[in-house]
Amino acid sequence: MKTLVWVEHDNASVKDATLAVVTAASKLGEVHLLVAGSGCRAVADEAAKIAGVGKVHLADNAAYEHGLAENVAPLVAELMGHHDAFVVPATTTGKNIAPRVAALLDVMQISDILSVEGDKTFTRPIYAGNAIATVESSDAKLVITVRGTAFAKAEPTGGSGVVEDVSGAGDAGLSSFVGAELAKSERPELTSAKIIVSGGRALKDGETFEQIIMPLADKLGAAVGASRAAVDAGYVPNDYQVGQTGKIVAPEVYIAVGISGAIQHLAGMKDSKTIIAINKDEDAPIFQVADIGLVADLFTAVPDLTGKL
Amino acid sequence: MKILVPVKRVIDYNVKPRVKADGTGVDLANVKMSMNPFDEIAVEEAIRLKEAGKAEEIIAISVGPTKAQETLRTALAMGADRAILVETDAEVEPLAVAKILKAIVAEENPGLVILGKQAIDDDSNQTGQMLAALLGRPQGTFASKVEIDGDSVAVTREVDGGLETVKLSLPAIVTTDLRLNEPRYASLPNIMKAKKKQLDVKSPADYGVDITPRLKTLKVSEPPVRSAGIKVADVDALVAKLKEMGVA
Repeated sequence: MKTLVWVEHDNASVKDATLAVVTAASKLGEVHLLVAGSGCRAVADEAAKIAGVGKVHLADNAAYEHGLAENVAPLVAELMGHHDAFVVPATTTGKNIAPRVAALLDVMQISDILSVEGDKTFTRPIYAGNAIATVESSDAKLVITVRGTAFAKAEPTGGSGVVEDVSGAGDAGLSSFVGAELAKSERPELTSAKIIVSGGRALKDGETFEQIIMPLADKLGAAVGASRAAVDAGYVPNDYQVGQTGKIVAPEVYIAVGISGAIQHLAGMKDSKTIIAINKDEDAPIFQVADIGLVADLFTAVPDLTGKL
Repeated sequence: MKILVPVKRVIDYNVKPRVKADGTGVDLANVKMSMNPFDEIAVEEAIRLKEAGKAEEIIAISVGPTKAQETLRTALAMGADRAILVETDAEVEPLAVAKILKAIVAEENPGLVILGKQAIDDDSNQTGQMLAALLGRPQGTFASKVEIDGDSVAVTREVDGGLETVKLSLPAIVTTDLRLNEPRYASLPNIMKAKKKQLDVKSPADYGVDITPRLKTLKVSEPPVRSAGIKVADVDALVAKLKEMGVA
């Protein structure tokens, strides 16, 4: 089987999310990559070094700069004429593009796979991860999004892929990019961090969140996450949200501070290796999944913890 | 302009789903069902656009069993004008739903179709994007802000790195994220009024769509269970644990 992997990038370098997808695709067959962007040859050169990669298709066109699905999907659909599976990270970029490609190919997409069980058989979470479905596709071609935390990352070096230019139709004339407000942070990215400190509604407001959570995260070199309640209340921006419909994380250590543990939140973090919960309510559901629990008032316990580390 | 809002009847988001003992699916017998939360946000957004004078008519659509009429009545009570139920007891995959919606779009010619970004049962996150592809129209997915301006719409999207704004020419497809709005509750008088609003019942065959599933579910199982660990007495004990783990 020939697979086509969507390379997640910012036109300058390959994003980590790509590596787990390469591993998933390699379980199906030959791994080809697609780098679609603008002025992104360096990305293709970098991607070609990922271990196990064959061909790297480079589509360099201003219309692909921001990954607009209207422009990119027809390009992918055309390349799928000689590939058997389109394999994409389950990031917001991937989730935006893949179903558009699937519909163009008249294929039912398989979302968020956790494992490859056979050529056409996969497992995937449903009901916020409260059930795992094993599904088999009957379509001639596959379109798959991959949950990054479920697969090991491929080695970013050691490969010797060949970069080949491809051209697509470019601008479909349906949409345009206006602007972005992207969070700038010195901290590690949530989805690839080894340690995450996450705060919930109990943090009261944005200022308190900052005062309590950030020093602990800085001490541990951790990324910062939040529950939906904390994001909805405006303590932190949307890109902090961990959960069923936010980011799915699986760090070595997840420290949940003042988070009760709604099923939608647990869906986003329960695959973490060690879960630590600090909450003053000893009956909070978060303690049912926590490896280490501390029943305490977070406003004294967390600064105390930060001071003692 | 008309706005189409597809809504899905799903397990209530407060209910913990249980896997059936025979591994064929999730037990939905006697379980509370509600409108998919993202679809409520979609209905609310359509109503706000109508209230702002940007739309004239809101049509709620559901593809599902007879009982999905309740979900449509909820949408009507919130403020949708009429509803269409495409009735089937079969499980309909996003691709087939998108095909049915495409046929309805051809009849109704809406300026916008607003959908939830994903249903909390199958967690697919596909229908809106698929519909946009089938119609050859632009898509604004995971929206946290929707602003109509003449013949285009600016959609601010919640993306992994923060927020991104795209401009789409109308007609367009929008899928909702959590921060777009806070859906209203239907008032009792509106619930009564909704009972009299028009609700047409159709079938997938009426739209010439084959809903045969492309994916076969071989089994549904429980995820690995995490058991509760230990509780530590105080911060010092937690620090000791973290040191043991090599974290601090």
